[in-house]
Amino acid sequence: MTARRHRSSGKIGGRVKFLLFVLGLYGVTALFDPALAMAALGYFAVMLVKVVPVLALVFVVLLLTNIFLNPEKIRRHLGRESGLKGWLYAVAAGLFISGPPYLLFPMLGELKRHGARNGLLAAILYNRNVKIHFLPAIVYYFGLRYTVVLSFYIILFSLINGKLVELLVGDDSRPA
Amino acid sequence: MNNRETFRARTGPAFRRTVGLFRTVLPMLAGILLLIGLLHQFLSDSYPKWFSGNYLLDPLIGAVAGSVSFGIPITSYVAGGELLQAGVSLLAVTAFVMAWTTVGLVMIPIEASELGLRFTVIRNLVNFVFSLLVAIATVLTLGFLP
Repeated sequence: MTARRHRSSGKIGGRVKFLLFVLGLYGVTALFDPALAMAALGYFAVMLVKVVPVLALVFVVLLLTNIFLNPEKIRRHLGRESGLKGWLYAVAAGLFISGPPYLLFPMLGELKRHGARNGLLAAILYNRNVKIHFLPAIVYYFGLRYTVVLSFYIILFSLINGKLVELLVGDDSRPA
Repeated sequence: MNNRETFRARTGPAFRRTVGLFRTVLPMLAGILLLIGLLHQFLSDSYPKWFSGNYLLDPLIGAVAGSVSFGIPITSYVAGGELLQAGVSLLAVTAFVMAWTTVGLVMIPIEASELGLRFTVIRNLVNFVFSLLVAIATVLTLGFLP
């Protein structure tokens, strides 16, 4: 136990290594094209300004999830015993949950740790493609017929996708 | 009264758990945003150049282009609409739009850290194939509709 604690405190975690790797990429880019590296940093700053308020919202949602949703509830609605109702929740959640995936993954990871099924998490992620509030945009670019047909196939394939992912990955849903 | 006590008792550990989760997620999140900023400089405004005009090859190119792209779904519709206007087939554009939001190569590190590497790799591979299948099914269905 002490050895493990010592090892974990002495080593740099994978997430920090990834950050250092990307910073290294910036360093290399800056050597060859400083203007491009600066433009990339500017784009990063713009995204960061947009992300911070959403991040605060994610914090509140995660906190409420940890206070009110215990593993028992998650297992009942999104776990092994959720049945058909679980798939309906997954489709609805995918359609209505908004936000970039890098903010969605921590929330889904928390649900997984609380006992949500892999197949349902995959179905939620697949249904991100159909967003009620983005429908006018897709109708504008591709037409109503296309939007209806594509949305139908996305929802249908999300269920097949969830089943297939669960078949290949396995159902490791269990309480934290 | 009991409910209030239960709420108070749960809030402390829940707050610590959430702060702990954020501390682990933030370096990865910063890395992903920095990577997106860098890749955006190489990818933006270059999509039409990627397509060959080959009806069979273009859907595959569309799925690959969508897989390495990132952003909210509405951005993929705008890019897809521009590709259609540039003469790229509907099949290729649909594969592009589908892969955009269902496959996320740039997001793999954060997805794997939260949902597991096996889940992430399999989900992205399945979604890549499905982006082509949904595109084919959509275009075929539209062809049959009056």
